[in-house]
Amino acid sequence: MKLLVANGYVIDPATGVNAGKNLLIEEGRVVGIMDRGEPKPEDAEVFDATGLIVAPGFIDMHVHLREPGQEYKETIATGAAAAVAGGWTSVCAMPNTDPVNDNPAVTRFIIEQGQRAQLANVFPVGAVTKGSAGKELAEMGEMKDAGIVAVSDDGRPIPSAGMMRRAMEYAHGFGLTIVDHCQDLSLSAGGAMHEGKWSLILGLKGIPASAEEVDAIRDCVLAKQTGAKIHLAHVSTRGTLDAVRRARELGLNVTCEVAPHHWTLPDEAVQEYDTNTKMNPPLRSAEHIGALREGLRDGTVDAIATDHAPHHADEKALEFDQAPFGIVGLETAIGLTFELVHQGVISLERLVELCSTRPAQIFDLKDRGTLRKDAFGDVTILDPEMDWTFDVSRSRSKSRNTPFDKRRFKGAAVATIVAGRVVYLNAEFARLRLKQDEVAKR
Amino acid sequence: MTFDRKHLLGIRELEPGEITHLLDTAETFRDVSQREIKKVPALRGRTVINLFFESSTRTRTSFEIAAKRLSADAVNISIATSSVAKGETLLDTARNLEAMAPDCIVVRHSMAGAPQHLARMCNAPIVNAGDGSHEHPTQALLDALTIREYKGRIEGLNVAIIGDILHSRVARSNIYLLTKLGANVRVAGPGTLVPAEFAELVEQGLQIDATVDEAVEGADVIMVLRIQRERQDAAFFPSMREYAIHYGLHLDHLDRAASDAIVMHPGPINRGIEISSEIADGGKSLILDQVTNGLAVRMAVLYLLAGGTHPTPETETQPKRNGRKQGKGSRK
Repeated sequence: MKLLVANGYVIDPATGVNAGKNLLIEEGRVVGIMDRGEPKPEDAEVFDATGLIVAPGFIDMHVHLREPGQEYKETIATGAAAAVAGGWTSVCAMPNTDPVNDNPAVTRFIIEQGQRAQLANVFPVGAVTKGSAGKELAEMGEMKDAGIVAVSDDGRPIPSAGMMRRAMEYAHGFGLTIVDHCQDLSLSAGGAMHEGKWSLILGLKGIPASAEEVDAIRDCVLAKQTGAKIHLAHVSTRGTLDAVRRARELGLNVTCEVAPHHWTLPDEAVQEYDTNTKMNPPLRSAEHIGALREGLRDGTVDAIATDHAPHHADEKALEFDQAPFGIVGLETAIGLTFELVHQGVISLERLVELCSTRPAQIFDLKDRGTLRKDAFGDVTILDPEMDWTFDVSRSRSKSRNTPFDKRRFKGAAVATIVAGRVVYLNAEFARLRLKQDEVAKR
Repeated sequence: MTFDRKHLLGIRELEPGEITHLLDTAETFRDVSQREIKKVPALRGRTVINLFFESSTRTRTSFEIAAKRLSADAVNISIATSSVAKGETLLDTARNLEAMAPDCIVVRHSMAGAPQHLARMCNAPIVNAGDGSHEHPTQALLDALTIREYKGRIEGLNVAIIGDILHSRVARSNIYLLTKLGANVRVAGPGTLVPAEFAELVEQGLQIDATVDEAVEGADVIMVLRIQRERQDAAFFPSMREYAIHYGLHLDHLDRAASDAIVMHPGPINRGIEISSEIADGGKSLILDQVTNGLAVRMAVLYLLAGGTHPTPETETQPKRNGRKQGKGSRK
């Protein structure tokens, strides 16, 4: 089976391609990027990408798919459906399921459920410690053999420097990156939002920026000592980015990701006590938002990841203090990222780098994050100009916890191709296409 | 100016004119409690539910008596007897109460934002009777009514607020109200309980003093906050003894304040900790006046929220203005 993505504008930072080209995929792999003038293979199905951006498939390094254990919030199948609808061809599933993904049996189950869904690629992230309890190392080697792409105790920060050091040394032996949710629990305990003027106004206990920064700096110091690869998850503060810059100067293997809500909404958004503005790390103040945007622009930030965290409506209908942290993000991330493009913060090439090239490199996902010959035929097709409104009632996710319902966007992922198969086609885009075809036929 | 809001959730969102209107209305209700028959028919046939998720004696009693003196039917629901103990959510509790068509729900909750949460989901007017560390609007109103009664004004007064500002909803509501009406507010307390960001709480800024001595210098009003052991999940100061020595209000502090300074406390007091008994029981203490005024303020709030738009057959719904201290209060 052949698929020709024709007449699009290909952006592939890994190979330096940034030009109007055709892309041919056969048997799930890229055959090559060719000039538009080259003869089209006659037996290929053609996807007309005129006026669209053709990018290597987007990889979300940080999602919570809730299966096994919390299928009432999300399943791997519904999460994967939301992923492809948001333009993501691959998602990396965090291990805080029930049971925790701290052994190869759970790893294999997640992979199988992902394959069964036949939508996005689902790559499991294994736990660093058994039960993510921060006490004993999990079976990283066996989980790696079963298919994990990284290790993390996301949501349950590794509490002691001693444990983190041992984890780094051990993970390093398997070439696994440790993804750390940086949060010193002694500084953040009981907190529900960013600590600052607004937490005082609202009478909510704060999570200070220092809670993240203290752990981030600790991790950088340990990365120097151990030589291990660490990736700082959902960075939300200026101080953490400063730590990453310093680590880079020292040549350490430190990378980081940022989530769209953190550069979009300020802590002030909590003022109506809407639990869809409660996430961890919390929405920060303008100072930190400015630093995140600067980090996205200057290259300090490696990746954009959603931290997609579905929760049932009943759980989010509790008092602010009682409601769980987190929002869904798979279907709004690209729209929010296009806001950065249209505001002149990042270029389209940088967008692709943040959503595909760098995530693949950081998790060492072979033959992904690029459209070079023989890479997997995973493609995200973007329309930077498309106007659309997010309607959460039509979300593919099982959950509805978002602060972005009814937000208007310019720029969208209009088609998602996984292993040469179109797994998602934006309905509005398809309707317009059909109309054009009809007009052309007359 | 009138008070047209559906709910009373906090002071922060109110206009100065709305606050003054609430205070003026409260003054008109003060004399009801002086009569032999302490009842007016203003809210006859209305139902007020006091929904208390947190223990409280004086606030709950004050709202209950206020409702009864307005002839409303007052129902008290406290956490010990409610369905919450059976695992029902706040929302479900509220919906069930709502189904019984109350005219006003007074809510006290240990979590900030709970009244806002109810206001979004319920048709009945909601009165915030204290939510976590967020706001306690009727306390600030009764404090203001007391200040106005004794000082004749609020504008231009120097007010010192001493103690656990961080956890205090009373401090927040008072800071908003007093600055909106033109007072100069200073706060002092241990560094762990008075974060520097409090300076940004109000637009005009707030002076934070390191010592009680500095804060009370020239003060016309000294408000002492209760040390809320129940709201502190960790130790913010080493001992009650040290707190009493360094942050408690003592007689010699009064020498630094204005000669006619008044001392207030939202109660219940921890004698010998945040306030010495000599001051609490002394001539400058208005602690019991605050309680009396609390009743008038709550009658005014219930009257304005639960009665405002309904037609009432009686002519006597507007209480007469012959308050005992009429003329002392300023009417702006």
